[in-house]
Amino acid sequence: MLENLLLNHYEAAAVILSGIGLTNLLLQRNLIKKIIGLNIMDTAVYLFLAAKGYVAGRAAPILIEKAGGGWLTSSSIYVNPVPAGLVLTGIVVSVSVTAFSLALTLRLYEHYGTLNIDEALLKMTQEQEELEAKIEDAEEEVLA
Amino acid sequence: MIDNMVAFNIPFVSIFMLMIAAIITPLLPRKKRIPEKLSCLVIFIVAILSAYLLYALTSSGQDISFNFPMGHFPAPWGNELRAGPLEAVLSLVFCVAMLLSLTGNFSSTAEDIPASRRQIFSVLVNLLTASLLALTYTNDLFTAYVFIEINTIAACAIVAVKEGPATTRAALRYLIMSLVGSGLVMIAICLLYDLTGHLLMQNMHGAIQVLMITREYAMPLTVSLGLVTTGLAIKSALYPFAAWLPDAHGTSTNASSAILSGLVLKGHVFTIIKIFYRVFGLEVIHALRMDTVIFILGVAAMIMGSVHALKQNNIKRMIAWSSVAQIGYIFLGVGLNTVAGIAAACLHIIVHACVKPMLFTAAGGLSNAAGHKKELHALMGTFYVNRWAGMGLIAGACSMMGIPAFAGFASKLSLTLASFDNKFIVWALAALATSSVLNALYYVPAVIVILTHNKNNPPKPAPVTKLYKFSMFVFLMINFYLGLFCVPLLRLITRGVNVL
Repeated sequence: MLENLLLNHYEAAAVILSGIGLTNLLLQRNLIKKIIGLNIMDTAVYLFLAAKGYVAGRAAPILIEKAGGGWLTSSSIYVNPVPAGLVLTGIVVSVSVTAFSLALTLRLYEHYGTLNIDEALLKMTQEQEELEAKIEDAEEEVLA
Repeated sequence: MIDNMVAFNIPFVSIFMLMIAAIITPLLPRKKRIPEKLSCLVIFIVAILSAYLLYALTSSGQDISFNFPMGHFPAPWGNELRAGPLEAVLSLVFCVAMLLSLTGNFSSTAEDIPASRRQIFSVLVNLLTASLLALTYTNDLFTAYVFIEINTIAACAIVAVKEGPATTRAALRYLIMSLVGSGLVMIAICLLYDLTGHLLMQNMHGAIQVLMITREYAMPLTVSLGLVTTGLAIKSALYPFAAWLPDAHGTSTNASSAILSGLVLKGHVFTIIKIFYRVFGLEVIHALRMDTVIFILGVAAMIMGSVHALKQNNIKRMIAWSSVAQIGYIFLGVGLNTVAGIAAACLHIIVHACVKPMLFTAAGGLSNAAGHKKELHALMGTFYVNRWAGMGLIAGACSMMGIPAFAGFASKLSLTLASFDNKFIVWALAALATSSVLNALYYVPAVIVILTHNKNNPPKPAPVTKLYKFSMFVFLMINFYLGLFCVPLLRLITRGVNVL
């Protein structure tokens, strides 16, 4: 068991990191910390993919020129390019999601002056109650 | 394979057209709501193309499906789209429901969203439709992940597009839960890629069959199945993960609520069905016990969604919680883990995709007649002001309760029939019966309220646009069609599932 962990230390690190990220995303009340958690989780997945895509002794999947002209085309020389492609796509996705969630967070902060999602809810219910009370007062005045 | 070159290109062209429309929409003039009309037009064209694809795939009497290679790399490496009768019928339904949700709420969108933002709204609608169709057609799991994320961003943005702190908060909550879900899906897809060495569904299926025979990597396989199911269940609002749904669907503008409830959830549910059926295969799902888990969660959702809906006073939140119960029906069908069960689940996807937008459009019309109040008691007597909306709510309610001749009856009947050769039949039937009664408990009072004359404070007559009447008419016709003539449709779906 422990041997496997040591052998796959990149993967073990990725699993631990993604656990940290997921816990942060779920349990932090501060929105910025939540978004940081999301990024840690995504990065852990990229580490996992990069570790899995790397084969010791093989070159990056860019054609190498032979000494006498022509190209080395044997597939046993290069690593599989797909995991790197997946990491790139994943980075693009995670950047756009982060940007979008930061924009929404900014809008919440502009309105409530807090980054805590629970406090925002509390303020929202208070505002609603005040509004309802105002409407009731106005109705009573009209009746009077 | 298919000889018809036009039909062969339709899956790609549909997605591509919607993406292009999303890109050029911000460049269009804002006058006369041209951007929104353009997105309606594009979705209409895609609906016609999907109908043609369906015709081309089924007219010969044989069950045809084909793979469309993207780019220049052949099968085990390249990216692929895949289309069969089931995909074609689902994309047709998604486009029609999307179009009707937009046209039915055309005037309420104008009230809720300022003119400067309506352009963004149509961009988001185009992106959402594109991602839904891509999720329906894709044959590659990583492409599915990318479009799940596009879907997430667009879905959260159409909640937040209506100005106000409540929608911002609902959108943030929705976004966080969605991100948890898509993070889990991504981890699971990476694990599966690692175990099988493939991303195309049929190649993964072959590798997983080998793994099951050799009993290698049994634990990672179970973990990745659990992760992908949990992730997609969060995104499709299966019961214990559904707490974000009522806020997001209840506070947004009517068109957004209709689209989110009717369509966005369905894209993720169909992805689960594809992963279960095409990637793992029904025997493997059964061997890993995931069918039982899904079945139990589906039953819990059917009951608890309705129990929560009973407590609501706001009509939109009530309909939103009812969606949770309806998603439970779909998962019940998936959990039966037979071809008949999955066909019934797909039929319920179609039924719910047509009925729920109708309910939200009707609720929007009624609350408009009540001076934009959404509390149930404020809606008293609104039927007599906006009869089309009233009829929509009544038909939708009958459908959700499963009254014969309405759409919901068809799918409930097929779910019941599908559960007969299952060992959990007693549980399935009990859950179906209880849930139907619970549905009646909250829909009937709503119908009674809108039909009661309000003598003290009668609602003021509000103009009802022709477009609203027309959309509601089409909604009602689809509802009756599904209720009365579901057998050919179910046969078509079963054929589609067989070649899935």
